[in-house]
Amino acid sequence: MSEVDIKNYSLNFGPQHPAAHGVLRLILELDGEVIDRADPHIGLLHRGTEKLIEYKTYLQAVPYFDRLDYVAPMNQEHAFALAVEKLMNIEVPERGQYIRVLYSEIGRVLNHILNLTTHAMDVGAMTPILWQFEEREILMEFYERVCGARMHAAYFRPGGVHQDMPAGLAEDIMAWTERYPATLKEMEDLLLGNRIFKQRNVNIGVATAEEAMDMGFSGAMLRGSGVPWDLRKSQPYDVYDKMDFDIVTGKHGDCYDRFVLRCEEIRQSLRIIRQCIEEMPTGPVTSDDRKVSPPKRGEMKRSMEAMIHHFKLYTEGYKVPEGEAYAAVEAPKGEFGVYLVSDGSNKPYRCKIRAPGFVHMSAMDFLCRGHMLADAPAVLGSMDIVFGEVDR
Amino acid sequence: MDSWFYSVFEFLFAGWLPEILHTPVWIVMLILAIVLPLLIAVAFSVYFDRKIWAAMQMRRGPNVVGPFGLLQSFADGLKLFLKETIVPSQANKGIFILAPMLTFILALIGWAVIPFDAKMVLSDINVGVLYIFAISSLGVYGIIMSGWASNSRYAFLGSLRSAAQMVSYEVSIGFVLVTVLVWVGSLNLTDVVEAQAGGIQNWFVLSHLPMFVIFLISALAETNRPPFDLPEAEAELVAGYQVEYSSMAFALFFLGEYANILLMCALMSILFLGGWYAPFPFLEFIPGWAWMFIKIAFFFFVFAWVKATVPRYRYDQLMRLGWKVFLPLSLAAVVIYSGIKVYLF
Repeated sequence: MSEVDIKNYSLNFGPQHPAAHGVLRLILELDGEVIDRADPHIGLLHRGTEKLIEYKTYLQAVPYFDRLDYVAPMNQEHAFALAVEKLMNIEVPERGQYIRVLYSEIGRVLNHILNLTTHAMDVGAMTPILWQFEEREILMEFYERVCGARMHAAYFRPGGVHQDMPAGLAEDIMAWTERYPATLKEMEDLLLGNRIFKQRNVNIGVATAEEAMDMGFSGAMLRGSGVPWDLRKSQPYDVYDKMDFDIVTGKHGDCYDRFVLRCEEIRQSLRIIRQCIEEMPTGPVTSDDRKVSPPKRGEMKRSMEAMIHHFKLYTEGYKVPEGEAYAAVEAPKGEFGVYLVSDGSNKPYRCKIRAPGFVHMSAMDFLCRGHMLADAPAVLGSMDIVFGEVDR
Repeated sequence: MDSWFYSVFEFLFAGWLPEILHTPVWIVMLILAIVLPLLIAVAFSVYFDRKIWAAMQMRRGPNVVGPFGLLQSFADGLKLFLKETIVPSQANKGIFILAPMLTFILALIGWAVIPFDAKMVLSDINVGVLYIFAISSLGVYGIIMSGWASNSRYAFLGSLRSAAQMVSYEVSIGFVLVTVLVWVGSLNLTDVVEAQAGGIQNWFVLSHLPMFVIFLISALAETNRPPFDLPEAEAELVAGYQVEYSSMAFALFFLGEYANILLMCALMSILFLGGWYAPFPFLEFIPGWAWMFIKIAFFFFVFAWVKATVPRYRYDQLMRLGWKVFLPLSLAAVVIYSGIKVYLF
């Protein structure tokens, strides 16, 4: 009998696939249903953000960050604002810092709700997403009330935030944090004890603490493997050092741990949100350095100088002293960093964005190998991928 | 029922039709009397499925077309009917077109032996259970053919999964049927129902409770409903064997699927819930066919409920459940139930 050449079956998973979380093209080498190799092809959503930012003033660059991880827009702006502030040595007023932390945590809840429910949907549970999106909608409204936009906020700007919170918003957010845990519990009741859900997630996509660190994981992916690493604690920015919250860690580094961990992180975020609202001081929300932050409208009606500042800021922008700075925030998906190089002009010379999803994506092959085809969506779901930031 | 329906036949045809055509025309009338209500029931069951599902997900569900959205399924059907049937250029055209027809036809002809009430059955054959079992086994061909003919990898994987799944769960369904049949002593579905006469205490759901559970779960798997909807798992295979189908061909698959679900619901009502019998004697004023309808609707609700609640099994876990859990259990049950029958009664 002649030799039989058995070829693996390669399956083109995406880019138009309901479980690919956007535009991932995953080439799967299948041996029956077992994945022999997973080869993620990225770049289908590449928009050249980093290059575009080089041609924009520092203020004009802010909206690009909303469009990276569009699930939690303000967290990205936060990193950029911190980087610019570092270069320019600007101090943000305390109220501004509190509002930033408050909205960063709302962003985290926004992100985790989306991730948890789509992860559940990837393993076949359709109901949680429809239960939780009602709450997500409320959070979007909080975004809208503070900055006028549901997603592309452009709210965290170098020097502070664009405008103060309207009256009554803090109370509404507070009321929501009291109410939301019950809804979260409903989803957990439906999923966490469910045998099928456990069978689909426990011991799937395992990364040990060491492997997770070798892969360069951050955020929930790293904490899921049991490494208590959280930039909010290890190198606190803004007023995170005043906040009382716990770092949640997993034990096994599998999809299930990451799922439970994100549920718990939502609770910790609610704690931070409550503290922010309770302790928030009054005062200005943005730096009063007129070379960076625009003057008040009322002031512009009276003062010629304010008028000139306004005009200069919105046309030429501000010049940033020569130098380089890296600022990272604990975005919901992991460490989101912005590395800025300034040549002293009004535009960044280079803006490198470190997206956590990109690093996690590169571990796709490692996490999927040897698992079944149906595990690939579960792993992908637990990695929390948004292609806006992976492809940039 | 039979008699007034026959008088309709006499009124319409007996006067002018040659004698030799009387029987065929009468049978066609009977078939239509089952298939037309069935198709309407399928249309509404799709609507109720979506409504139940929506209610559990705190949504509204279809509510635009007609009062309370009742006509949604007909609107969808019309839309699908008017669309162009696209046959992929790489597909095997004949088999590609044949597969949905086969699925649909098999889903309909299963109903030939279902008794809706005493004497209200198209064909009261003495191997009714075997017939249904054979028809539902054939159902896998429609899926294999569609997956193979589509010449698409997703469809192919989906049909492979589906074939394996349906074959595995049919084995345990078969053994569950045997446990019921040895107690009845007949393969005739009317006899099965009549063995449960006399109220809820005689229903097999009590004496065969574990078998009922296995049958319910296997029926979910047999009809590719969640949590066993692997063949069309949208998270992995997009829509599995249906991925290349559009318009009427897709509609036939869809209708066939729901007709199959209703058939399974009917079968469960007959085997375990006493078919057309009322649970308590004082409820006997409600006609038998209405009881049958209520029981089918109850099982359909359970199907929709499960769909809204659970995630999806993985392929190997599904196989493990079928072969390593249900098969030994139902095999043991066959021995136990036949033993009880032989030695205690």
